[in-house]
Amino acid sequence: MNVHLNPVNEFRMTRPDDGIARGAPLLVADNISLSFGGVKAITDISFDIRKGEIRAIIGPNGAGKTSMLNVINGFYHPQEGTITFRGERRSRMRPHVAAHQGIARTFQNIALFKGMSVLDNIMTGRITLQHRNLFWQALWNGPAEREELEHREAVEHIIDFLEIEHIRKTPVGRLPYGLQKRVELGRALAAEPALLLLDEPMAGMNLEEKEDMSRFVLDVNQQFGTTIALIEHDMGVVMDLSDRVVVLDYGRKIGDGTPDDVRNNQDVIDAYLGVSHDA
Amino acid sequence: MLYREAGDFKTTYASDQQTFPIKSERALFWLFMAAAFLIVPFLINDYWNKAVLMPLLIYCMAALGLNILVGYCGQVSLGTGGFMAVGAYAAYKLMTAFPWMDQFSVTILAGFVTAGVGILFGLPSLRIKGFYLAVATLAAQFFLVWMFNKFAWFYNYSASGQITAPERTIFGYAVTGPSSLPWATYLFGLTLLFVFGWIARNLTRGRLGRSWMAIRDMDIAAEIIGVSPLKAKLSAFAVSSFYIGMAGAMFFANYLGAAEVGEAFGIDKSFLVLFMVIIGGLGSILGSFLGAAFLVLLPVLLKNLMVDQLGWVTDLAAHVQIMLVGGLIVFFLIVEPHGLAQLWRLTKEKLRLWPFPY
Amino acid sequence: MNPAILNFIEIFMNGLMAGIMYSLVALGFVLIFKASGIFNFAQGVMALFAALTLVGFMTGQVPFAHLINAIFGTEVHTWGAGMPALLAILLTMVVMIALAWLIERYVLKHLVNQEPIILFMATIGLAYFLEGFGDLMWGSDVKTLDVGLPSGGSFWWEDVTREWAAAGSQYYGMYIDLLDVSATIIAIVLVTALTLFSQYTATGRALRAVADDHQAAMSVGISLRRIWVIVWSISGFVALVAGIMWGSKSGVQFSLSLIALKALPVLILGGFTSIPGAIIGGLIIGVGEKLAEAYVGPLVGGAIENWFAYVVALAFLLVRPQGLFGDKIIERI
Repeated sequence: MNVHLNPVNEFRMTRPDDGIARGAPLLVADNISLSFGGVKAITDISFDIRKGEIRAIIGPNGAGKTSMLNVINGFYHPQEGTITFRGERRSRMRPHVAAHQGIARTFQNIALFKGMSVLDNIMTGRITLQHRNLFWQALWNGPAEREELEHREAVEHIIDFLEIEHIRKTPVGRLPYGLQKRVELGRALAAEPALLLLDEPMAGMNLEEKEDMSRFVLDVNQQFGTTIALIEHDMGVVMDLSDRVVVLDYGRKIGDGTPDDVRNNQDVIDAYLGVSHDA
Repeated sequence: MLYREAGDFKTTYASDQQTFPIKSERALFWLFMAAAFLIVPFLINDYWNKAVLMPLLIYCMAALGLNILVGYCGQVSLGTGGFMAVGAYAAYKLMTAFPWMDQFSVTILAGFVTAGVGILFGLPSLRIKGFYLAVATLAAQFFLVWMFNKFAWFYNYSASGQITAPERTIFGYAVTGPSSLPWATYLFGLTLLFVFGWIARNLTRGRLGRSWMAIRDMDIAAEIIGVSPLKAKLSAFAVSSFYIGMAGAMFFANYLGAAEVGEAFGIDKSFLVLFMVIIGGLGSILGSFLGAAFLVLLPVLLKNLMVDQLGWVTDLAAHVQIMLVGGLIVFFLIVEPHGLAQLWRLTKEKLRLWPFPY
Repeated sequence: MNPAILNFIEIFMNGLMAGIMYSLVALGFVLIFKASGIFNFAQGVMALFAALTLVGFMTGQVPFAHLINAIFGTEVHTWGAGMPALLAILLTMVVMIALAWLIERYVLKHLVNQEPIILFMATIGLAYFLEGFGDLMWGSDVKTLDVGLPSGGSFWWEDVTREWAAAGSQYYGMYIDLLDVSATIIAIVLVTALTLFSQYTATGRALRAVADDHQAAMSVGISLRRIWVIVWSISGFVALVAGIMWGSKSGVQFSLSLIALKALPVLILGGFTSIPGAIIGGLIIGVGEKLAEAYVGPLVGGAIENWFAYVVALAFLLVRPQGLFGDKIIERI
């Protein structure tokens, strides 16, 4: 077998190019409002995510960050506002359609498939890319097997990249927390997403694990050119990784800009120091 | 040291994901198959065929089908009896309407009819989950049995309300009807089970199987990574019903010969097949077979022991049997929720290390 | 009044009373589900088992007579003397409490923290076990049960209602079974007692605490295992009452356990956790079933009682997945 000195380069992006130039808006959220039975989770938020950047969404607990990601990938349907992704506008859409358009994500509380091995979990990420129908799958030998092996190879590159070769066949339920987070990233990467949403990828990790994860995030962004939106509480990580930051508080946007802009924004400082809102 | 994987290196992904990755296991499987196809037909007699082998093959097929739905896709169904009835009545209508049709085609077409009905009754699964869905499938069970009873068209207006299988042959040998040959019926069932067992294995190891399991393990996350719940759930219902329908067709045509819907396909069938799947192992093809074998053989053994050896009356033996089956279900759920298949896996682990304890 | 309207009223009332019987069974499910999150499929068999035991005590049967006779070649069947209904009911209650304790000790204890669906399947296993066990203990022949409740049609009511019909019309009055009336009264008493119990006693408060949140209840020192024994005992008691009612009505036999299947649509309508839901759901199903059988049944060939309730429940579920009294489900990830 070949020795992959730099396995990342072997990883092909099979999604067709969408013709959006680097730096142009990939996703635009326009005046999004979301409420649950009268409780407002998000109020009139607008921002964009540009192609190729790492966009951080930060804010105190309950600021509406995860709800925002849920809106972006179609899990929640906002009462008002629209999402434009790759030039297509939509207000309602099912999550699996978003996945087929190239939005992949990880979750705050790990959402792996507990009954399956690491390999199978990451293979599920390829579901949007596999097309053989029931008939060919029933026959297996031939097209279905060829397709399976093709995707297996792609997944093996991701496994190499994330350095989890040794646990390939382990059921995910048996893995420690940090590795589960890594497998979840692998599953999202396997979909070769145009936009990768990471919901607190480093929560609950120790310093070493955080460093590993930061390295993976940067590598994904730089080597594959994948656009990333991430929620993170560790300010050090956010300031180091992200190109631009949007700050939410109580469901409203209170800041948007480069890490330095945001750091010096008075509203943001107040929100984080807990200054009373009517003061 | 018969059972070992040391030195059995995999150099391609294809060889890494084959069904029996270990050489000796592969050999064992083919040896078993050769015996089943080439030796058993010469030893078979009517008692063995009717009491053990045919029920075994048929319930293996049904358990396989239900396991796809419950074990792989996580949708609990208590409608198995009803779906078996659909297969049986579809086979009956096909056999009587198209006398020239061979029995393989009849059985498979009956499977397709059942798949359609399965999709219809699977629709509620898109809205409701868990127990609620289980109860909804009970609606299917009761409704289907009622329907086959009520509308005389289904049993060709026969006076008894029963359906009776006419004689059909494969290569000139009768596999249905009163003069069917034990060995021919057996080979007929075995062939179907072998082919469709292999197909089930293929379906569960690829993309479709993974999308079923994703729905089972966490439906919300599955949808977010791109699994369409509609397609995954309905395809599981369709494939599962297809197998169960074929089992129903065989149960009626090749095993019973004549059937009355309430008696042959009542709710106790639904539970029996569900028990097979649980005892054998949810989400395991081997488990479906082991569970079916266990619950087919156990009553035969118990009956032999209590009625023939101890001379007890039959209904007393039946009570003890129900009690034991119920107790075993609870026992298995407590001791090994993953069923006989998991026990087999653990035994293999032990064998692999033998004679060393760790 | 027009006899057609009177007929409708009669069917409606009979539906209400049949519904009460369904509610009674559904109540047993709800109690256990609230306290332990277990969907107890064995509830119907528990009712059968309770009724069998009660009859066994009242007629003085020797338990396991068939088994003993088969093993030792003896011919024992009865002790020769029965016991009065009230004593037999008390003794049966003791048996049901013992059963609850055994179930907790040998089944539930080992299944804590398992998936709800595994627990559900365990109760199916339990149902089979109990069915075989009950038959083994008391025999599977059909038994009559008479604990002294009034039964038969009420002539008084028939006379009263006959007067309501317009003069000259061919109307012979409404039929109402006294047994159904007493069942209704007992069910009302039972529900009131259970409500009072859960509102005003320490054990009742503990039960509600457990139903709300297992972890929190344990952290304030409530023993979950003790609560489970109590809850299973109570639902054993409810099963006994249901067993007496259904057993007096149609004899004690295997089909008694199938009332569990009748209770399922009721639960879907009312929700698994709501006692008022179980009662109102039972009434809706009871009335709906009787009306459908009378007015829709003839159009499609009758005997639709078996599945009609399920279809109603299913249709309802598709519109409102959380049931009549459940809260709207907000999915999170």
